[in-house]
Amino acid sequence: MDKKNVVCFPQFANYACAFRYMFEKGFEVDYLVPPTMTKRTLELGSKHSPDYVCAPFKLCLGCYIEALEAGATCLMQIFGACRLNYYGELSEQILKDLGYEFKMFNMVEINWHSASSIMEHFRIVNPDVSVVKVAAAIPTMLKIIQTVDKFDDFIRHNVGFEVNIGDFEDVYAEFLSKLNKLESKKELKKLTREYWKKLNKIPVKKPSKTLKVGMVGDYYTVQEPFSNYFMERELAKMGMEIYRKMNFTSTIIHSQFAKRTKLAKKYIKFNIGATSNYTIGEAVEFAKNGVDGIIQVKSFGCTPEIDAMPILQNISRDYKIPILHFSFDSQTSETGVRTRLEAFYDMVEAKKSK
Amino acid sequence: MKGYLGIDIGSISTKGVIIDADNNILACEYLWTEGDPIGAVKRLLKALQSQIGDDVTVVSVGTTGSARKLIGSMTGASVIKNEITAHAIGTTTLHPDVNTIFEIGGQDSKIIIIENGYVVDYAMNTLCAAGTGSFLSSQAHRLGVSVEEFGEIALTSQKPTNIAARCTVFAESDLVHKAQIGHKKEDIIAGLCKAVVANYINNICKGKRIAPPIVFQGGVSKNVGVKKAFEEAVGCPVTVDPSGHLMGAFGVAVLAKKSGDEREFSFNVADMDFKTTGYECPKCSNHCEVICILRGGKLIDSWGNKCDNGAPKVG
Repeated sequence: MDKKNVVCFPQFANYACAFRYMFEKGFEVDYLVPPTMTKRTLELGSKHSPDYVCAPFKLCLGCYIEALEAGATCLMQIFGACRLNYYGELSEQILKDLGYEFKMFNMVEINWHSASSIMEHFRIVNPDVSVVKVAAAIPTMLKIIQTVDKFDDFIRHNVGFEVNIGDFEDVYAEFLSKLNKLESKKELKKLTREYWKKLNKIPVKKPSKTLKVGMVGDYYTVQEPFSNYFMERELAKMGMEIYRKMNFTSTIIHSQFAKRTKLAKKYIKFNIGATSNYTIGEAVEFAKNGVDGIIQVKSFGCTPEIDAMPILQNISRDYKIPILHFSFDSQTSETGVRTRLEAFYDMVEAKKSK
Repeated sequence: MKGYLGIDIGSISTKGVIIDADNNILACEYLWTEGDPIGAVKRLLKALQSQIGDDVTVVSVGTTGSARKLIGSMTGASVIKNEITAHAIGTTTLHPDVNTIFEIGGQDSKIIIIENGYVVDYAMNTLCAAGTGSFLSSQAHRLGVSVEEFGEIALTSQKPTNIAARCTVFAESDLVHKAQIGHKKEDIIAGLCKAVVANYINNICKGKRIAPPIVFQGGVSKNVGVKKAFEEAVGCPVTVDPSGHLMGAFGVAVLAKKSGDEREFSFNVADMDFKTTGYECPKCSNHCEVICILRGGKLIDSWGNKCDNGAPKVG
């Protein structure tokens, strides 16, 4: 009998614990939480990627290589609304050309209307897969995602004001490591209650008036801190309250697409692709809710987000709210990012205190 | 009398000013960084010290520019500020009615939009050096003229040559081509000035509302050819302040004054032994490049590490 597969999906925010649950409890295979991304990940990824492909592809490819080195045998790629749909196939080809042996669970190839197609692909992960068990694991996986998103939001709003630096990170890291060993939905409930309490007990000193910043941008760059130079952390260090609407909950679980498109109605008449409608709708919502500044982060060459840029500039003018744009690729200088962020802080701070 | 020192240390040039409590410039100096920021600041401090009398005591220091952190710890600065804010503060102090600041330096260019004395928007060039001072100086060199007389020559042209403005590489090959087919040198030079402006407006000003009064500053503002090309492009007069090249240093001196953090600054810093060492932290695959700054062999500051594991001991 074949050995059990070790599945891996690239680092994506804090969702590894949800994927792990899905594969270990549903598919009954092993899951590898990918090694934390470092400069090496990006270097490996860039080296083997086409130069003009977006940074998320390079990061994911680097992550796949590091996962294969760490013993992964089956790589997963999801589908989306942009070039992402080609990425699974392209990564697979590049990795096979490099001589790696592995199976690819590429969700783009699944015809979701055909039970046989679904089964055929599920069997790549585990030839003896039990659909009943997979179906049973889904609700818990979704619950994990929602929990992680709820915790992330809370931290984003408060971490800049913690009294003892590092409190939030410590508690959250402990929580995530426990989620990575989660056995059941019941345990999730218990852990969530316990750690939500701990999180709320962390001493926070928040002034009555805080500087609020809203983050928008492409799906990967805005969500994965490594790909945006830990921008949320940097902003929090300056003492800002951070807001972000884009996460798995607001897109995959309870899609806010219609709501965001409606908010963006004044600026766009139809879906302009990938995350642009989200970006524009979110920016309008931020502006209406009195956020002090908006930052758009996107990967270099991300066409849908480029399309959103001129519209964001109109929003900036209409609502008199500063919007800063960042494009990241593998060459971005950290100093340049910091200089612009510092100036952004000075700008919104001066505007608020005048 | 109290004095406030501002140092703007860029990749190409180092600027310093000492101002008094009423923002009058008591001393100023402009010199080349020559890839050695510590040495440049030492020379700068010597020059500034010789310009002020014994009655002036520097009580606060501010630093800005790309080496602001390094020079900040070297001089024990009260304020270490990014150059965007420093330039905006400097310009709005001297020109309170300004609405748009064009700034072109050695390696970067930026636009700052001001409304009622506050910065409301800004943009800075990213990866590309087209349309910056270093591009102009390398092209001046290619044409065999000094960059200082570049502007004057441009003004003599009747019919500026069209030069591709998108990218330095294209501009350069276009320039070579135009020279080979017989365009006059002054026309090419004027064309280059226009190309710099076109590049700036296309890349930096994208989507920004440019409203007069406009102040143009940074090293390239000394080039009258570029100034003229800007005026033609935006259709209104553009002000170049005589101390426009010092604006970052001036701005950060104003910020140092406002900080209220006062302690006597000793020009002896110029005679002390400062050294920087860099190493790659081996503790994880981030391979952070950690920079340590040592005064007389003793570590006074360090940075570059992404996590606490890689932090060298300061003491």
